[in-house]
Amino acid sequence: MLEIMLFVVFPYVALAIGIVGTIYRYLTNQYSFTSLSSQFLENDLQFWGSTLWHYGILPTTFIHLGGFFLPKLMFIMHSTPETLYLAELAGKVLGIMALVGAGIMLYRRLTVSKIREITTPVDWIILSLLFGQVFFGLVLAFVYRWGATWFLHTATPWIDSLATFQPAPQYVTALPLAHKVHFLTGFLLFALMPFSRLVHIATFPLSYLWRRFQLVIWTRRKASS
Amino acid sequence: MKVRSQVSMVFHLDKCIGCHTCSIACKNIWTDREGAEYMWWNNVETKPGVGFPTQWEDQEKYHGGWELNDKPKNPELKLKLQNRLQTFGNLFSNPAMPTMDDYYEPWTYKYGDLFNSPLGDDQPTARPISRIDGKPIDIEAGPNWDDDLGGSNIYAVNDPLLATMSAEEKQRLFSIEQLFYFYMPRICNHCLNAACGAACPSGAIYKRAEDGVVLINQDKCRGWRMCVSACPYKKTYYNWSTGKSEKCILCYPRLESGQAPACFHSCVGRIRYLGVLLYDADQIEDALKVPDEQLVERQREMILDPHDPKVVAAAKESGIPDGVITAAQNSPVYRYVKEWELALPLHPEYRTLPMLFYVPPLLPVLNATGANGTQRVETDLFSSLENARVPVRYMSRTLAAGKDELVIKSYQKMIAVRIYKRAETVGDVTKEEADAALAKAGMTAEEAEAIYHLTSLPNYGERFVVPPYSREGDIEEVYDPQQRKAEMGFGKRQGPQRGL
Ligand code: SF4
Ligand code: SF4
Repeated sequence: MLEIMLFVVFPYVALAIGIVGTIYRYLTNQYSFTSLSSQFLENDLQFWGSTLWHYGILPTTFIHLGGFFLPKLMFIMHSTPETLYLAELAGKVLGIMALVGAGIMLYRRLTVSKIREITTPVDWIILSLLFGQVFFGLVLAFVYRWGATWFLHTATPWIDSLATFQPAPQYVTALPLAHKVHFLTGFLLFALMPFSRLVHIATFPLSYLWRRFQLVIWTRRKASS
Repeated sequence: MKVRSQVSMVFHLDKCIGCHTCSIACKNIWTDREGAEYMWWNNVETKPGVGFPTQWEDQEKYHGGWELNDKPKNPELKLKLQNRLQTFGNLFSNPAMPTMDDYYEPWTYKYGDLFNSPLGDDQPTARPISRIDGKPIDIEAGPNWDDDLGGSNIYAVNDPLLATMSAEEKQRLFSIEQLFYFYMPRICNHCLNAACGAACPSGAIYKRAEDGVVLINQDKCRGWRMCVSACPYKKTYYNWSTGKSEKCILCYPRLESGQAPACFHSCVGRIRYLGVLLYDADQIEDALKVPDEQLVERQREMILDPHDPKVVAAAKESGIPDGVITAAQNSPVYRYVKEWELALPLHPEYRTLPMLFYVPPLLPVLNATGANGTQRVETDLFSSLENARVPVRYMSRTLAAGKDELVIKSYQKMIAVRIYKRAETVGDVTKEEADAALAKAGMTAEEAEAIYHLTSLPNYGERFVVPPYSREGDIEEVYDPQQRKAEMGFGKRQGPQRGL
């Protein structure tokens, strides 16, 4: 029963809260969508913390998503020992980058008084969870090696089963505790998105790649038409 | 021809007394909030000096404005900050981001200590504390720290514009007898080729087509801070509390109700003029793809004569209402910028096409003759221009991308006006001498008279020709201004609350 709660109900609820909550917040309070950057108040630690974090976590996230939704691609990558070794190495390096980045960000918030002043309780929760999440991810990577392989036979079918609405928690219930914590924290973070600064992910400014440089807007015509 | 209208500005620097009333008027209305204390949408700096934020003119440091590639055959404009792809690379930590140290740390005083200190032998004091973390601070900088050349050997010598001047010229600049300085009030230039908007990853910065006011949509801003770096004038500011960038809004709610912006309205020296300029938007790109020396002239060419029937017809076709065209015909800015060619744009070489123009100050030039108070007006005034090599060069670097002739031409006219009026009112200059001065400056007596009038005697309605408006939002009714003051004043009732 607990397993159904944790590995079927909770993921669905978390996803629903994350998606509906973020859309609701966007519709009702777009003003609050911002990265809440604090670079203005402190630049040096911010550079190392934020850069390492983002450059580590973004590829890591995409690799995870690839593992869920493009298992074919993953299979190809794992077809030879060399590529497998490379994938393992890349995962670890990126993970360590993210961990060090999150560590610096935590340290910065704790020690720089101006930054501490503008840190909200939610910020603390999110940052600690992210740090913990990456930490557990690295534990998995180092203790249970060749995760790139077992991932495809546990997490992937589980996520797949959730995505196709035929939940099959048995793929993951037998895994050790560290795995379960990592999975659940992942969904928890998703659920916390609308209640935290994480919403800035949802407004990643991709359209800057193609939009016109100068925007000239007729307020009157817009208002009347 | 694509005609657009721009509410533009002229600041007459000879008249600025450096009182900072404009800055305070603006602060009281718009930036008296947490996170915005350090912002001065209007600031007044002493020049030569480092300005606010410190050394904002040093684009090697801040990477503001646009750059032209060095292929004359195939000229192309690009942001000095970064290209589109680099923007994504720098999203997480902006390498050219000015920090609070480049501005100053806002502070207040612990006034409570004056009342609550225990009885003792010493007078209680109110210590300065940071308005960010409440800790005691040593005040080391402020928005006008080098006012009136205070500490000029520390501050003014670091003026980025001086880097290109010779040791001898610098020496002359700071020798006490010839000391020259002037005040430069600065607001957002509401540029035609705004670098702030081009750099914004979210596309939150836009120009209002009706009046050309450049605004940051507070709902769309995501706090990526690229505008702060990209604006070469450092006129967008990052609100450290709300996580949004903010800038001068040219008091558009005031404009929409027919009033001049607060800094204009309150200006003690009456140095400020506001009016519509019609310009040809099709020319924007080409006007910028020219060498530095041609920039001012090309910008003047873009500005259209609102009395020309062809222009009027084209303006109507482009959807510009009659009332705005009439306002353009009465615009004092048009006269200063185009008709008389007295006013020049600030640092045109940044290639943002700034629409705030400055009439260069004559005082430093007159001062440079070294014969203060004893000049023979008709002779010494003109020769002072030749003697004033240093101030002229400094001014041309500030207002004409280094082209001395433009500044000199403007000065010649102003000097001629003085001589002309002197002949008329004091009489120690002959009519012939006055006519000779006018001829040298290439102007008529009527023009001199008009310049004299608009410079010295203009009333409110002549200084500010606000075009007719319809309101962007019906915001003010039934709304207590005191309550509004604590909010964000961007046409939103919701306070500028920091998000979760
Ligand atoms: S001066 Fe104003 S319009 Fe021009 S780039 Fe700076 S903020 Fe933008
Ligand atoms: S109020 Fe006018 S005179 Fe006073 S500093 Fe501002 S611009 Fe200059």
